[in-house]
Amino acid sequence: MRNRMRLALLGLVCLLLTSCAGAGTIGTSDRTLVVAIVSNPQMEDAVALSHEFEKQNPGIKLKFVQLPENQARAKITSSVATEGGEFDVVMISNYETAQWAKNGWLENLQPYIDESKGYDQADFIPSIRDSLSYQDSMYAVPFYGESSFLAYRKDLFAQAGLKMPEHPTWQQIADFAAKLDDEKSGMAGICLRGKPGWGESLAPFNTVVNTFGGRWFDENWNAQLTSPEFRAATKFYVNLVREHGQVGASSSGFSECGTKYGQGQAAMWYDATVMAGTNENPEESKVVGKSAYTAAPVNKTEQSGWLYTWSLAMPKVTEHKDDAWKFMRWMTNKKFVQNVGAKFGWNAVPPGVRKSTYEIPEYRAAAEAYAEQTQKAIDSAKQENVMAKPVPYPGIQFVGIPEFQDLGTRVSQQLSAAIAGQISVDEALEQSQEYAESVGEAYKETR
Amino acid sequence: MSQSVLDAETPAVAPAPKQQSARSKAWLRRAPLLPALLFTILVTQIPFLVTVIYSFQSWNLVRPGSRHFVGLRNYVDVFADSQFRGAMLNTVVLTVVCVLVSMVLGLFLALLLDRKFIGRGVVRTLLITPFLILPAAGALLWKTTMFDPTYGLLNFALGTNTDWLAQYPLGAVMTQIVWQWTPFMMLLILAGLQGQSREVLEAASVDGAGRFRTFWSITLPQLTRYLQLAVLLGAIYIVNSFDAIFLMTQGGPGTASTNLPYYIYQRAFEGFDIGQSSAMGVIVVVLTLLVATFALRLMFRTFGLSEVK
Amino acid sequence: MRTANPLGRWALTAFTWLIAILFVFPLLWMVLTAFKQESDAYTDPPRLLFTPTLEQFAGILERGFLPYLGNSAFVTVVSTLLVLVLAVPAAYALSIAAVPATRDVLGFFLSTKMLPIVAAIIPLYVISQNIGLLDNVWALIVLYTGMNLPLAVWMLRSFFLEVPREMIEAGRIDGAPLPTLLYRVVLPVVAPGIAATALICVIFSWTEFFYAVNLTAAQAGTVPVFLVGFITSEGLYWAQLSAAALLASLPVMIIGWVAQNHLVRGLSMGAVK
Repeated sequence: MRNRMRLALLGLVCLLLTSCAGAGTIGTSDRTLVVAIVSNPQMEDAVALSHEFEKQNPGIKLKFVQLPENQARAKITSSVATEGGEFDVVMISNYETAQWAKNGWLENLQPYIDESKGYDQADFIPSIRDSLSYQDSMYAVPFYGESSFLAYRKDLFAQAGLKMPEHPTWQQIADFAAKLDDEKSGMAGICLRGKPGWGESLAPFNTVVNTFGGRWFDENWNAQLTSPEFRAATKFYVNLVREHGQVGASSSGFSECGTKYGQGQAAMWYDATVMAGTNENPEESKVVGKSAYTAAPVNKTEQSGWLYTWSLAMPKVTEHKDDAWKFMRWMTNKKFVQNVGAKFGWNAVPPGVRKSTYEIPEYRAAAEAYAEQTQKAIDSAKQENVMAKPVPYPGIQFVGIPEFQDLGTRVSQQLSAAIAGQISVDEALEQSQEYAESVGEAYKETR
Repeated sequence: MSQSVLDAETPAVAPAPKQQSARSKAWLRRAPLLPALLFTILVTQIPFLVTVIYSFQSWNLVRPGSRHFVGLRNYVDVFADSQFRGAMLNTVVLTVVCVLVSMVLGLFLALLLDRKFIGRGVVRTLLITPFLILPAAGALLWKTTMFDPTYGLLNFALGTNTDWLAQYPLGAVMTQIVWQWTPFMMLLILAGLQGQSREVLEAASVDGAGRFRTFWSITLPQLTRYLQLAVLLGAIYIVNSFDAIFLMTQGGPGTASTNLPYYIYQRAFEGFDIGQSSAMGVIVVVLTLLVATFALRLMFRTFGLSEVK
Repeated sequence: MRTANPLGRWALTAFTWLIAILFVFPLLWMVLTAFKQESDAYTDPPRLLFTPTLEQFAGILERGFLPYLGNSAFVTVVSTLLVLVLAVPAAYALSIAAVPATRDVLGFFLSTKMLPIVAAIIPLYVISQNIGLLDNVWALIVLYTGMNLPLAVWMLRSFFLEVPREMIEAGRIDGAPLPTLLYRVVLPVVAPGIAATALICVIFSWTEFFYAVNLTAAQAGTVPVFLVGFITSEGLYWAQLSAAALLASLPVMIIGWVAQNHLVRGLSMGAVK
């Protein structure tokens, strides 16, 4: 008994010692930049290279908070909105940038960009640059940009005697999925996101809604989630993923689908164009070189890809603004692209941001299968190309209003409940319509 | 004997009635208590009062300038929200089932341990470990290595092909929580078993009472105190379950495994609707206190009565 | 359970062992997986034999695990000490030198444990931001102290009640001053109780998740926060997750193993008294 007590005490002392050691490692701050980013592979490469930045900029230490998309978004938004000041640099998207710039939460980056020689903002792909601008000034700089397209396994298609058309329709894709789906060998016909979160399942889902002629709100802010088009699109998406989609669909997002496809468990995958980089990376994928990429499937429109960019912004309350800019510049300039290409291979390069990237011969060679498709998709990702009907909000795969974080999350929960088979599509949409109506009301009032 | 844990009598140590100023003496007595009391009030009550104030405002964090007083509208909205009711139901189911199941399992394990056998210390050490592991780690391990539809051990062991987290989300979460809390219950009950008087047991066996009858009419009543405590502590912690849901199912699919703590978290930190989530918080507190006062008292009384016999 | 039949006894022992191993199997599997390569962790059927590697642990350290561990240890130790400093006098005032309305005070302490912690998280976030404690270990220390204090007071009180009154009386009559009395008579009886209480506080602080996840970011993250990064992760990560889970739980696991008797005693005291 006594001995045990003593041992326990000893344990406590050890704890105390580690605690001092731990506190010590934290305490060595000259100027520490805290960077909050989403833990996708391209970002992890940047973290891995960040010691080079520290070497080039003595006196600046970097500390990263890497979180999965939903968690990162929750943390970053609450910090920026309350001006909490935990982060010096945050990763946000084209959904947040204009709204937050308007709220005065972000530092205007245009002066910094103009002063930085060789940064070359004209090199950014125009649709990406526009999506990060507010009143003609950029408030965030893009790290990578993406649209959406479809990856499919050439080998499996050849085996089954199928041929992918150049501009497939969703119906054709559903037929292919039915043929390629093989439960016994664990091969899903197609992988589609079903994980709740407006940035997760709603991204691919909304492009389907758009091309089926659906929309969230009509021009007068009447919620349209129970319209025949929206219903048809939802039924199509839910049925497709339920019948020929991956196992665990209601909890798979971009990462999970990437793992499934990379492990050879899905014949097709409709998702962000950046997926190609992972699919073709031998360290993460068993299907390197087996895929071809084609434009996002359509129904009523000619195109249907989304537009999205993960980019870096600086909260207004940041203390070390010049240091923060130095880091943002380092992570988004042309040299970084070269550096990643040389260190991690050209498939790992952050795509879809700079035109010059697409002129690098090594990149063109490595990314032959998807570079052109990616660029085309990003260029044409505009509301007028991908939507059948006009809408009163900005955004393609999201509704560009602040309430959408809440609304989108709740609707996506209904969607994934329908995918899991816990409620019917109709039930999911009735409930979603209610949520959307109360948001729409607020906008009708202010109009 | 029929007194509950809450009603413990206070023994006053021989008061020495000297003629000092009675008031200053009373304060002197209270002095050691005050820091703890003040600290608790400061840390637990003040923030809650602020929550009450927020709950009367319309305030969306990502829409600055939207903050204004709206009276009871948040409460009306919350009560009209079917998801809130669903989350409430889930909370009740989760708490009741987890507490009961882990208590029964804990009792079973404690009975197994309440005898001398080879390696008893090792077995006990093994059995308490799930309680010592980080709940966050436990939840993630169950989610991946156990419940994963493709590589999970559960499907391998059972020869099934089930996506547990999608088909039985609440069940999966509860499994993890029960696993976590069973050792705790077991420890408490074991203490009770080892505290029971041997003579009574001996007498019973001399009387020729069957093992089951001995357990039912002698052991179980003696354990009442410990079972009460197990229920009380278990309920306090399990009703607040957040880690398991946050890490395993994110409340999904849909809202199938969303409980109140997770739902409020989501509306506050993913939806940024401060007003409504505060209103939910207030409602939850009121409900919890109601349940705590009535149900617990009722339960303890029932237990207490059965014990007197 | 007394079984006369030796065969039955052996069977029961074997059964007990079997149950115990089944019950902790997820943990045994975690330990095993922590020493695997990622590719060995994702196999169907699951792989029992493999070449062990320490690669995952190295990976965890490389991901910056140590600061989290340091934060956890610091928060746990300081908040536990703080709890004791506040709770010991309070427990004394509720037992040996009992104040009037002791029952109400105890009831109040216990009722704060019933306030759902979510109910106050938003004000806590806003308040800590206003006083500059967001992402600061001290915010967690204060909150964990508040969280554990009621339980500690309650537990310690039952230990104080164990002090035989005759001994205190005898000491008083001898004219010993209060500090001596406390040190000589009360402390020896209560010391194991204090250790048990500290142990419980350590466990609950170390494993706390909700406050940590919502109120910390880069600087003050504790070990559970480190694990959040594993909710989803690109590619294969089970082996690394297992290694992280093992490292994160190990300190408290060891302390709990060593002091398991105190664990029981501490919690069950409340039931007896």
